[in-house]
Amino acid sequence: MSVAGHEIHGENDHVDAHAHHHKDTFITKYIFSIDHKMIAKQYLITGIIMGIIGIMMSILFRMQLAWPEESFGIFKALLGEEYAPNGVMRNDIYLALVTIHGTIMVFFVLTAGLSGTFSNLLIPLQIGARDMASGFMNMLSYWMFFISSVIMVISLFVEAGPASAGWTIYPPLSALPQAIGGSGAGMTLWLVSMAIFIASSLMGSLNYVVTVINLRTKGMSMTRLPLTIWAFFITAVIGIVSFPVLLSAALLLIFDRSFGTSFFLSDIFIAGDVLHYQGGSPVLFEHLFWFLGHPEVYIVLLPALGITSEIIATNARKPIFGYRAMIASILAIAFLSTIVWGHHMFVSGMNPFLGSVFTFTTLLIAIPSAVKAFNYITTLWRGNLQLNPAMLFSIGLVSTFITGGLTGIILGDSTLDINVHDTYFVVAHFHLVMGISALYGMFAGIYHWFPRMFGRMMNKTLGYVHFWVTAVCAYGVFFPMHFIGMAGLPRRYYTNTAFPLFDDLQDVNVLITMFAIIGAIFQLVFLWNFFYSIFRGKKAPMNPWKSNTLEWTAPVEHMHGNWPGAIPEVYRWPYDYSKPGHEDDFVPQNIPMKEGEEQLHH
Amino acid sequence: MTSLLIIAVLVLLGIAIWQLTKIFDLTQLGTVSQTENSEVANDRDNNVNGYLMFAFVGFIYVFTIYSLVEWGHLVLGTPASEHGPQYDNLMAISLILIFVVQTITQFLLHYFSFKYRGKQGRVAYYFADNDKLEFVWTIIPVIVLAGLILYGLYAWTNIMFIDEDKEDALYVEVYAKQFSWEVRYAGEDGMLGKANVRYIEGINTMGVDMSDPNSQDDIPARELHLPKGKKVIFKIRSQDVLHSAYFPHFRAQMNAVPGMVTQFGFTPTLTTEEMRQDPGIVEKVANINNIRSKKSAELVANGESPLDPYEFDYLLLCNKICGASHYNMQMKVVVDEEADFNKWLSEQETLGKAVKKEKQQMADSVEATAPIEETTDSETATDSTMVETDSTMVVQ
Repeated sequence: MSVAGHEIHGENDHVDAHAHHHKDTFITKYIFSIDHKMIAKQYLITGIIMGIIGIMMSILFRMQLAWPEESFGIFKALLGEEYAPNGVMRNDIYLALVTIHGTIMVFFVLTAGLSGTFSNLLIPLQIGARDMASGFMNMLSYWMFFISSVIMVISLFVEAGPASAGWTIYPPLSALPQAIGGSGAGMTLWLVSMAIFIASSLMGSLNYVVTVINLRTKGMSMTRLPLTIWAFFITAVIGIVSFPVLLSAALLLIFDRSFGTSFFLSDIFIAGDVLHYQGGSPVLFEHLFWFLGHPEVYIVLLPALGITSEIIATNARKPIFGYRAMIASILAIAFLSTIVWGHHMFVSGMNPFLGSVFTFTTLLIAIPSAVKAFNYITTLWRGNLQLNPAMLFSIGLVSTFITGGLTGIILGDSTLDINVHDTYFVVAHFHLVMGISALYGMFAGIYHWFPRMFGRMMNKTLGYVHFWVTAVCAYGVFFPMHFIGMAGLPRRYYTNTAFPLFDDLQDVNVLITMFAIIGAIFQLVFLWNFFYSIFRGKKAPMNPWKSNTLEWTAPVEHMHGNWPGAIPEVYRWPYDYSKPGHEDDFVPQNIPMKEGEEQLHH
Repeated sequence: MTSLLIIAVLVLLGIAIWQLTKIFDLTQLGTVSQTENSEVANDRDNNVNGYLMFAFVGFIYVFTIYSLVEWGHLVLGTPASEHGPQYDNLMAISLILIFVVQTITQFLLHYFSFKYRGKQGRVAYYFADNDKLEFVWTIIPVIVLAGLILYGLYAWTNIMFIDEDKEDALYVEVYAKQFSWEVRYAGEDGMLGKANVRYIEGINTMGVDMSDPNSQDDIPARELHLPKGKKVIFKIRSQDVLHSAYFPHFRAQMNAVPGMVTQFGFTPTLTTEEMRQDPGIVEKVANINNIRSKKSAELVANGESPLDPYEFDYLLLCNKICGASHYNMQMKVVVDEEADFNKWLSEQETLGKAVKKEKQQMADSVEATAPIEETTDSETATDSTMVETDSTMVVQ
């Protein structure tokens, strides 16, 4: 489409790029940068910092669950006398930690940290563009994300506590400060932070979509795009479709909270008073929330799947199996993901007939997911697997994706959901299938593209230690949760000691917490490796993994415009690994077809 | 101080690992060529991690078996409702399917990772697509899922769609509030009176509209008693935030939503006494009491009071985050033979009588202290005007 026009633009830009390059000050280079590679790093570092906060919170509340109402020095140190009198965590602060853990991990780490980092880094580099369609909007997007992160962190220090109504912030609990302390100023900050986050996410997504559609280099047709780009592209589309709905829900909730409207509230008697609200419905909020909330799962997961597709093919030295089926699956998942939100609401009081419809659409989503999993496994078959840390995390992702995805068959079935809804079974399911899987995707991406970002290599031995301990601990934490969930243990309970019925689950909870603590400690290995390697890692060659995609043809230096010369032209799809008739076991996309060479894939 | 210690330990751990990798690097210096030292996996890494991959599928299997043996008995046992066995059956089918697929796919994934681990000189097989294979693994999930969906929808329809005209059912209102439950039986007329939180006053804590003729014989209670073998239709309300009425032993759950009435129905099939005789429950209770007596011994040694021994009871739990004490919002559920249930119910005071009695007491005390009369009067006056517009909204 715009191929010819872009070629010219590229040539001119090249001269401009060098002129800019010398004028860079510290501020334009590292802070208010409009270069997509720097913005990607900013997203990554912010995401990692938010991740540290989110995981620390999970350790705190896991300790409370394993040793309920015991006094810990670390509670005193981190939560303070106000939130943990005498080192014993308060019950509403437990809920606050659960809420903010969920919010931070889902939105700030796995949406912005994962998709923000790798969409920004890879979209221009892999499609052969000088930068994003709008560098300025890209910068705005990052800085709005940064502001929303800061506001979310500030909300932790509000006197009555941060938002504590669960990450789903169902009203009326989230609307009434009388119902829980965190629904006062803490909730206001949460909503403001999320509104800014959504604006940031939309700007990013629009940029990604426009860039992928318009700025592909000559020869880069849609069916020659690496699967990473397909995943980022479709993710951005889902984001554009669904995030505005969350924004509207948040706005209406702000109206209910601050201006006395009754969108979500009706007939409430609390703290001895009848409130004036009349005619609203909390179920409406659930619909609006999950209309984003479910696609959000795929906004988190699809980039991770895209990243692993690329990494598995590269390290297996084999083409990804079923390239077109993979694209079709991404499209099918994206479409279905917007019409399954009701499976979060089977027992919400909505019409049971709707439950039937949502069961049907939900179980349909298992089909493209199964296709993806089988295609990954077939890609490994008869490969020459280079087991780099990124590859291990990618294989780990497929493993947790299968384990977590399979239990979706139970939860997506309205009948079976009745008794496991909101129990630890759900916690196990979504942590494995989207939390751990997406985290693995993020780790895989970091290990794989670290040389592309920083020009240095991460230490592989530390990478192996990091992977194996994490892999064991992830299963150690979430596998037992299926059992306590099927024993009927509800989630979001501060302690289970109020029910003698659950006394026999305590051992399991202690074991889960031990795995969680060990797993969290070993993330320090990663952090050390990451920050140490930025400055002291081994110098990386230009294409350390012998990969086919275009990002490895550009030098790693601070340069606006990505390629010093002309933009490379693309002659083949990105998965010509071990193609018969070639000397090397990889043929980069910018290598022209040999005379008489045939395209072997369909 | 403790946190300082923890940080110190963590730092030392980090240093230890760093040094370990150095030792690894040093041991490799002499033996491998320079290219092998590039942080890209070499044959040795592929070997080590390939074997670890194989070990990992072993870990998954062993951990699964361990979990089943060690924790399998924790899972809810005999269902106590009529639709329970159907639910458990569907669950069993799904679980078996999941275990089979999990076992096979995890094996293939990790076995291939091991078998095809990289070796210098090996060439991967260029295999980009195969329509037949892809068709096969699209169509198999389609068929299997079609079966599951049909069975699931059949069960769902059976459970959720209640034909109120046909059923000879007991109507019970379950009323949720931070952080307790109340119940109200429909009484002799079998009809629950209308209600709205704006009618809440004194002993009428559920906001029943006492001007509705159906309300007079309604029976409020703090314990949920149910008759065995009779369909019970729960009308669920909440007065403040979202709650969820969760009856794990009956495989039943429905949210309580302020501003609307939700419903769920089931037929209890085992009385509390019968359930206490259930072998699974006997074992579970013995195990729990064992744990509790150990804990009690500890508590007594610390000079605290021991825990009560546990006896099985059905429970109603709150299962939707509802505030600080969400973790302790529960109600005892008792299932009796129908005759015992009827006897229990007849011993409870109807709401009409209770309200009348309260009014009488109020009037008595008002005679003693006149000024209070005015305030109560004006309050009821405003209340009733509001009520006028609202009562139509909450028809049960």
